[in-house]
Amino acid sequence: MEGKIVTERLNAFFGDVHAVKNVNVSVPENSITAIIGPSGCGKSTLIRCVNRMHEVVRGARVTGKVYLDGEDVYDAGTDPVLVRRKVGMVFQKPNPFPTMSIYDNVVAGLRLNGERDWARLDDSVEKSLKLAALWDEVKDNLDASGVSISGGQQQRLCIARALAVEPEVLLLDEPCSALDPIATAKIEDLLFDLKDRYTIAIVTHNMQQAARIADYTAFMYMGELIEFGETKRLFENPEQELTEKYITGRFG
Amino acid sequence: MSPRKVYMTELAELDELVSIMARKTSEAIELAAKSFEKLDLELADHVEKLDKELYELNNDIERKCLEIIALQSPVARDLRAIGTYLKVITDFDRIGRYAKDISEVTARSIATAHFKPLVSIPHMAKMAEDMVDLSVKAFLDRDIGPTKEVFELEDRIDSLYDEIFREVITYMMEDSKKITPGINYMLVARYLERIGDHACNISERVIYMVTGERVVKK
Repeated sequence: MEGKIVTERLNAFFGDVHAVKNVNVSVPENSITAIIGPSGCGKSTLIRCVNRMHEVVRGARVTGKVYLDGEDVYDAGTDPVLVRRKVGMVFQKPNPFPTMSIYDNVVAGLRLNGERDWARLDDSVEKSLKLAALWDEVKDNLDASGVSISGGQQQRLCIARALAVEPEVLLLDEPCSALDPIATAKIEDLLFDLKDRYTIAIVTHNMQQAARIADYTAFMYMGELIEFGETKRLFENPEQELTEKYITGRFG
Repeated sequence: MSPRKVYMTELAELDELVSIMARKTSEAIELAAKSFEKLDLELADHVEKLDKELYELNNDIERKCLEIIALQSPVARDLRAIGTYLKVITDFDRIGRYAKDISEVTARSIATAHFKPLVSIPHMAKMAEDMVDLSVKAFLDRDIGPTKEVFELEDRIDSLYDEIFREVITYMMEDSKKITPGINYMLVARYLERIGDHACNISERVIYMVTGERVVKK
């Protein structure tokens, strides 16, 4: 089996609503994969199946397989908390814990996992914030509230928080949709640097963003994966008529 | 109903402009060949006018293509079409320029007249015209069918050019009075051969536009 993340006949439901339909996809390691498609096509649901976040919604269920490094994350013996530690997630709206400082936000996951050693926590804060390209901007102000910084900085703080628990996969659900172009460019540069260490999947409505940063692009429509392939090829000469219509804006 | 109305309108307008340029290019080569064969100055003047129009269309289309790229971020078939427009308008413009060059040779040749009835050059001109017409047809119809014939004609026009070259040299060696008209024949044959090359380029780009495959005629 190839690919860091592989799904086989993956289906996701919200009660009677069939949100993800029979998706087979293989996401290569140390690459960025963008998932594009119109609103409600199942993009976010698909990535939430990877770290078992889908099942926390009432009435939601999953069938099929999701393999992470060849191991099924839905196996009866798999602890979802361990899966989520391996697979970090960043959401559309920056969501630092509002009552915590920048420092405490970064190490929130580590503390939850029982880490109490200050030297290790200090070390993790510096390392994670550096990885998230935020260290230089906040290093003298680590005690400030996590929500006192700009939106773009807050989003990078959330990325630092996700990286602090040393995941292998980073899932991002429209991480730039609330950010201005400069903050967006910083996140895009950051993701480009991070892909050497992590496998990244990003849901985006911004097709130019997908074209700019992703090695691979998946196009979804009404719960189905219509096309998956190298970004360059998909945006120059898509195989499926539906992909062509969507990316050229001939939908509707 | 498409949600990107302004973009679709701009693409349609651009396509229409490139189509107009393609048709004018066909017309220019046809008239230029005729002007030289019949030594007709009126036709030669008309070719010069067409060349100017082609040059203006080239600038206008290039500007519109860049505007669409900057403002609308075209992808997939739209991107391939605009990439193709940017390339083929240069070929159309160059063909127009060669047509004008032929019409200038016409003007210079009036005084000397042809030293023999022309056979090979009109034949070569017909081939070049056909190559341009077929490429233009492939472009306008988004159909790669005619490109095969363009590539076949390319080989034949090259051989014919070599033949004409040898034949004209023979005439010039026999009679020094034939050097000036002989050089004019060689120039016209050379321009026609180059027009064939540009027609080939257009065919290659049409294949890319329609199929996404990049081909290069060997």
